Amino acid sequence: MEMTGAQILLKCLEKEGVDVVFGFPGGAVIDIYDEIPNSSVEHILVRHEQGAIHAADGYARATGNVGVCLVTSGPGATNTVTGIATAYGDSIPVVVFTGQVPTPLIGNDAFQEVDIVGITRPCTKHNYLVKDIKDLARTVKQAFYLARSGRPGPVLVDLPKDVITASCEFEYPEEVHMRSYNPNVKPHIGQVRKVADLIRKAERPLFYTGGGVISSRSHEELVWLADNLRIPVTSTLMGLGAYPGEGDMWLGMLGMHGTYAANMAVNNCDLLLAVGSRFDDRVTGKISTFAPHATIVHIDVDPTSIQKNVSVHVPLVADCKAALGALKRELKPSLDQVDCGEKRRDWIDQVTQWSQEHPLTYIDESDSIKPQYVVEKIYEITRGDAIIATEVGQNQMWAAQFYKFKGPNSLLTSGGLGTMGYGFPAAMGAQRAFRDKLVIDIAGDGSIQMCIQEMMTVVCNKLPVKIVILNNGYLGMVRQWQELFYDRNYCETCMDAQPDFVKLAEAYGAAGFRITEKKDVESTLREAFALDKPVIVDVRVAREENVYPMVPAGASLTEMLLV
Amino acid sequence: MSKHTLSVTVENEPGVLSRVAGLFSGRGFNIESLNVAPTLEKGVSLMTIVAEGDDQIIEQIVKQLRKLVPTVKVRDLTELDSVDREMVLLKVNAEDSKRAEILRIVDIFRCKVVDVSPDELTIEVTGDQGKITALINLLTRFGIKEIARTGNVAMMRAMQSSL
Ligand SMILES: Cc1ncc(C[n+]2csc(CCOP(=O)(O)OP(=O)(O)O)c2C)c(N)n1
Repeated sequence: MEMTGAQILLKCLEKEGVDVVFGFPGGAVIDIYDEIPNSSVEHILVRHEQGAIHAADGYARATGNVGVCLVTSGPGATNTVTGIATAYGDSIPVVVFTGQVPTPLIGNDAFQEVDIVGITRPCTKHNYLVKDIKDLARTVKQAFYLARSGRPGPVLVDLPKDVITASCEFEYPEEVHMRSYNPNVKPHIGQVRKVADLIRKAERPLFYTGGGVISSRSHEELVWLADNLRIPVTSTLMGLGAYPGEGDMWLGMLGMHGTYAANMAVNNCDLLLAVGSRFDDRVTGKISTFAPHATIVHIDVDPTSIQKNVSVHVPLVADCKAALGALKRELKPSLDQVDCGEKRRDWIDQVTQWSQEHPLTYIDESDSIKPQYVVEKIYEITRGDAIIATEVGQNQMWAAQFYKFKGPNSLLTSGGLGTMGYGFPAAMGAQRAFRDKLVIDIAGDGSIQMCIQEMMTVVCNKLPVKIVILNNGYLGMVRQWQELFYDRNYCETCMDAQPDFVKLAEAYGAAGFRITEKKDVESTLREAFALDKPVIVDVRVAREENVYPMVPAGASLTEMLLV
Repeated sequence: MSKHTLSVTVENEPGVLSRVAGLFSGRGFNIESLNVAPTLEKGVSLMTIVAEGDDQIIEQIVKQLRKLVPTVKVRDLTELDSVDREMVLLKVNAEDSKRAEILRIVDIFRCKVVDVSPDELTIEVTGDQGKITALINLLTRFGIKEIARTGNVAMMRAMQSSL
């Protein structure tokens, strides 16, 4: 049957199992919008395209499926760029559809024309301009396949208006054939045996896991290996939740704001098992002193991650789930012969001692509300059964440190790019995926103002996202650096001119609370979380609190500033 | 730091050249020359890229090129037995007193004179880097007025191509 481009697009989305698209209309995509009512795909109208792309990203992180976003040409498309780069930075599968001026006008500086394929080339996994309607279905199929396979990432499809209005026979390809794209997901068995052997022999092994463990859904394999082989686990910000925050082998996050135990363990381990992590500078500190005594094994689906920042002794290019599964099969039979508990007793004692000597802590004064205390209360109230989104800054680090993530896909945070304004729309996307779950955005007073307009979207769509603002009246993380490294020159980081967040919430039709006394923190949070509607909780926290431990940029992991 | 010649086959789709060039500029890799043209296979182009860097950088360049979705194959020809050629056009000062000597050099190097005017000769030369450098060195003293180079094109020798 002949169908228009718009109809074909929506049919493709249905075939891909897409149930929701976050978007914002415009002239170039009006024909697609015209068809939406005839489709089973739900559309959520955001208030700014950055909200749409972050929401699609949050939906993807929370569910593990591909998130989808639809915007118009020109300004609609450019408004998504920050969100595309955010998804790229954290390898999140999203497909972005942008409208484009009709093909005969492309390159003529037509109204609302922008070369979005050119603009997003460096921050997408791949992108397409569809010039002929006959290519549309196949391109959409490829876009979804690319977004979710191998190392996942954002894919953009630019749709000229005349392609959307043209018509042709619809046929959705069953399979994708791309001679040039064949990600290597199967682990090399020789390498697997080598790694298994290293694990058997190691006296002080350590897992250093990243977002790849979550995107490949290999948390169960990780937990099995860590628990049975007695291997302590530390992770990057992106890896939080893959190993449970209350688990026996958990050391906490490593790196700039990592725990003392994790950073010391990296410094002293004899085998570092890096899984789905990429040795980011926020994690390694000074490269030359990173894991100085360790044989480094690196498991990653993306060969470019290997040998990029540190030199690796044993690379294993594979999907993390396949690789950890293969290691489990190799090691399970020999478990009886190697008494890991005995063999690694000294090591486990040592890391336990580090954890006890320098736990994550803060000085709790009775007369002010410490932001860490608020995060602890959020954890106590939710018992870890919530999806936590964060903004960027101190709020993000306190959430990472003091909330114990129980399982994967429960933390939505912009790790790679560090995008302020990410958390709230991402929380909105996650809430749409899981309407019955408690979804909380832990925010800073600066960041929350970057995408606050999505309050209207959550209210309209009955998405009861809870925003907890750790309000310190500063762009706190930058102020912290100014305090420590710039002689307290608080230039342009004071944000004490603020909207009344309670009234703001009410203006949008949501609920607002303000907490100024420590004694009210728990009860007010409980009340707010129990409401079945969007809420802003404005918590006035100690203004000059800092995030500790801290490894100054460029220093070695052992050069930590403690509380 | 050393020079590597990379042979890259890519799907001949729009934007592929800018993806490759962007990869170099965006990651701060050094590109010395880049040459692209279609191959016998429909829809596939061959790029010859000469890049400079230490081993680790070259390894990253190769991996990053492989990671581009339209890339079909990447080979580093440097370690392999390969045939390398570049074509260069040179416009040289050639007043009457120098002309005979220049023509002798042209002869020895098996170049071709492709254009003549009263006081200039334009010479076409094809060869590997050694030959081209030698010729340029010899002609410099006459005064080279203009030069146009294609950059390297390279191919593995026949016996190994199927590897
Ligand atoms: C879009 C964007 N602009 C600027 C920055 C730089 N930046 C990083 S943290 C930070 C401060 C954030 O302040 P706030 O949201 O109030 O959080 P706090 O650190 O106080 O918890 C800034 C400005 C950024 N990460 N993202």
